[in-house]
Amino acid sequence: MKPNSMAAKDAKNRFRAFKLVPLIALLLFGTVSAQKKNSCVECHSQMEVALSEPVRLSKGDVHDARGLSCVDCHRGDATKDAMAAAMDRRKGFIGKPKPADLPAFCGKCHSNAEFMKTFNPGLRVDQEREYSTSVHGKLLKGGDTKVATCVTCHGDHGIRAIKDPLSKVFALNVAETCGSCHANGEYMKSYNIPHDQFEKYKTSVHAKALYDKQDLSAPTCNDCHGNHGAAPPGLASVANVCGQCHVRQASLFQSNPHKTVFALMQVGECIQCHSNHGITPPSDEMLGVGDKSACTQCHGQGDSGYAAAEKMKTRMDEMSASISRSNEILNRAERAGMEVSKPKFDLNEAKDALTQARVIVHTFSTDELDKVINPGLDISNKGYNAGGAALAELSFRRKGLAGSLFFILLFAALIYLKVRDVEKRQALQKQA
Amino acid sequence: MKLMNAETVRLWLDDRVGIGSIAAVASKKEIPVHRHSIWYYFGGMTLFLFSVQVGTGILLLLYYRPSAETAFESVQFIVTEVKFGWLIRSVHSWSANLMIATLFIHMFSVYFMRAYRRPREMTWLSGVMLLLLAVAFGFSGYLLPWNKLAFFATKVGTEIAGVIPLVGRPMLRFLRGGDDVTGATLTRFFGFHVAVLPAITTVIIGAHLALVQMHGMSVPPGLEGQNIKKMKFFPNFFLRDAIGWVLAIGALAALAALFPWELGEKADAFASAPAGIRPEWYFLFMFQTLKLIPPKILSFDGEVIGILAFGVGGLMLFILPFLDNPGKPRRRIFIVIGVIVVLYIIALTIIGYLG
Repeated sequence: MKPNSMAAKDAKNRFRAFKLVPLIALLLFGTVSAQKKNSCVECHSQMEVALSEPVRLSKGDVHDARGLSCVDCHRGDATKDAMAAAMDRRKGFIGKPKPADLPAFCGKCHSNAEFMKTFNPGLRVDQEREYSTSVHGKLLKGGDTKVATCVTCHGDHGIRAIKDPLSKVFALNVAETCGSCHANGEYMKSYNIPHDQFEKYKTSVHAKALYDKQDLSAPTCNDCHGNHGAAPPGLASVANVCGQCHVRQASLFQSNPHKTVFALMQVGECIQCHSNHGITPPSDEMLGVGDKSACTQCHGQGDSGYAAAEKMKTRMDEMSASISRSNEILNRAERAGMEVSKPKFDLNEAKDALTQARVIVHTFSTDELDKVINPGLDISNKGYNAGGAALAELSFRRKGLAGSLFFILLFAALIYLKVRDVEKRQALQKQA
Repeated sequence: MKLMNAETVRLWLDDRVGIGSIAAVASKKEIPVHRHSIWYYFGGMTLFLFSVQVGTGILLLLYYRPSAETAFESVQFIVTEVKFGWLIRSVHSWSANLMIATLFIHMFSVYFMRAYRRPREMTWLSGVMLLLLAVAFGFSGYLLPWNKLAFFATKVGTEIAGVIPLVGRPMLRFLRGGDDVTGATLTRFFGFHVAVLPAITTVIIGAHLALVQMHGMSVPPGLEGQNIKKMKFFPNFFLRDAIGWVLAIGALAALAALFPWELGEKADAFASAPAGIRPEWYFLFMFQTLKLIPPKILSFDGEVIGILAFGVGGLMLFILPFLDNPGKPRRRIFIVIGVIVVLYIIALTIIGYLG
């Protein structure tokens, strides 16, 4: 073969191959466009706000992020452009589910352990069942469609993972989400229940921890009431609810006479003294017989509980005063430059004892309290004595300094006199 | 048997160690008396404070335990449990700082009086070496209580040394005894502080004093050739020196009693560095300079340039007697440079404390 004819053949082959490019591109484009076709989005994004909002919200939705689209919930056929074909009820199109159907609507996937496992093996699948035990679920079953369903708390389109700070059920947003109904007096009127829980909660020690310290482990509505199975805890279970976090206090309360008495009186265990939604930071003032005492709600002058409350308060005050006295003297010594870091460190044990005493008061036993207070007081007194000793040492040093400076200056003066004497004699010798 | 009197003892010693010849030298030694004579006292004062350091340092050694686990506790024990331990520790710390201060004054007085001129070049060189040794004593001793501030200051200080091109990294590893400041660094610094540095210092102090005796006191160039009054070294100057030393003891006692040297918190390698961390005051002007230098100067690392500049400055100080031509009359440029350097050190130290 001639070289020229070979070159011509190569060029012909290359041209044939080049002709295939548009064909391959067309096929690829067709496949891609078939996969991505979503007539729901195409049409709804062109519609008025109310109907286009779901398209906008779905960006960032946890389902959208995992590749689920409109038809996975609403059914229908998103490959069809014609509205009638795309939203054909004969093809299973659901449209907007009724409130009563919502738990089952979401539960189709969320109650299916096999299916949910493919996304997150750790995710719970009992939300629908839990919801049916909640006050919301029971009322919904009874035909009340005002109650909260899945979408009330999680949103419908634009649902975000609970760890997402933008989620309506992210720890910092839960109280506001619940409050959107429960703080609305008008909305809650027909249920005849208080609607001040959110306002009270905002003043509570728990809310301070959650909002001010941004402590996401601090309790909000769902930590005490449950989330999907939300219900007010019964009187008998209040201690169990609080005891989830305040384990020691709950356990001490279980083994003291107040437990039986509270049950007989039909009062909630913890909330009787600490209240419920507006739980203020506990203080020693809650003990004893003063104005802010919780004890005097039931105990009156002359009964043994009143005397015990008074004694416990006295002991707690004694301990607090002792620690603050020791702290003050040690700080004074430290400011004066004395080394008191060890007694200051040891004083922490007394502070720990005071914290422990504040827990032990839940036994309501003065003997039990003494077992913690007495060793704590001993430690605190040692701290006070160490501070006193440091200040005494400081005083000794200053007196010692004054004494030694006298002799040092006297010695310097004597040397000066000696110099003058020597120089006088030298001058006389020179003259002589 | 007759009791020996002082004269008998003197004669006995003279026969065996020749103290008579030492006394003869001392009796002949004279000190020039002029309007700048006050500066002559600072060398002796520095030597006195150094001897206080040696004495108190030996006493501290009786209780100090040089390991990361025990160092802080042993110093805490010294200042709280040992009788007058607080006094010894505070005097050691205060005296160290006063010694550096008097050393600086002594060096600048020699500089401004041009006492480094021929034939005292070697006296100047040994003096600059003693200055370097004194700051090395300060740097190594600062870490020994093993408190938080010292730990982080040593970390920063050794990091700065590590920036020096070529030798920086090996030097950092040598100083720290590894990549980080650990118990190994403490043991190493203790070794430097109580063995290596004292041994070198003893030799150089000996040489420095011998040279001072050999050449006598220098007279400022402006007073040379004038008929200057003289004072006997012994007893006149020596007794005046002694007054200063006794007053220094009083000052140290007052500082120790009224402002005991703080111990702080025990060092913790995992804790975050305390706010406002800074080195001892005599390093502050250099530390502050490095903070003020921009990170990049042209395409060079600003910190490296700063360290090299201080290195060059140190070298200039060292070879000063050979830069200042003795054949020429009083050179104003050296006085101007000296004043600028002193003002710079004072200003940057103040800024370092305020900042």
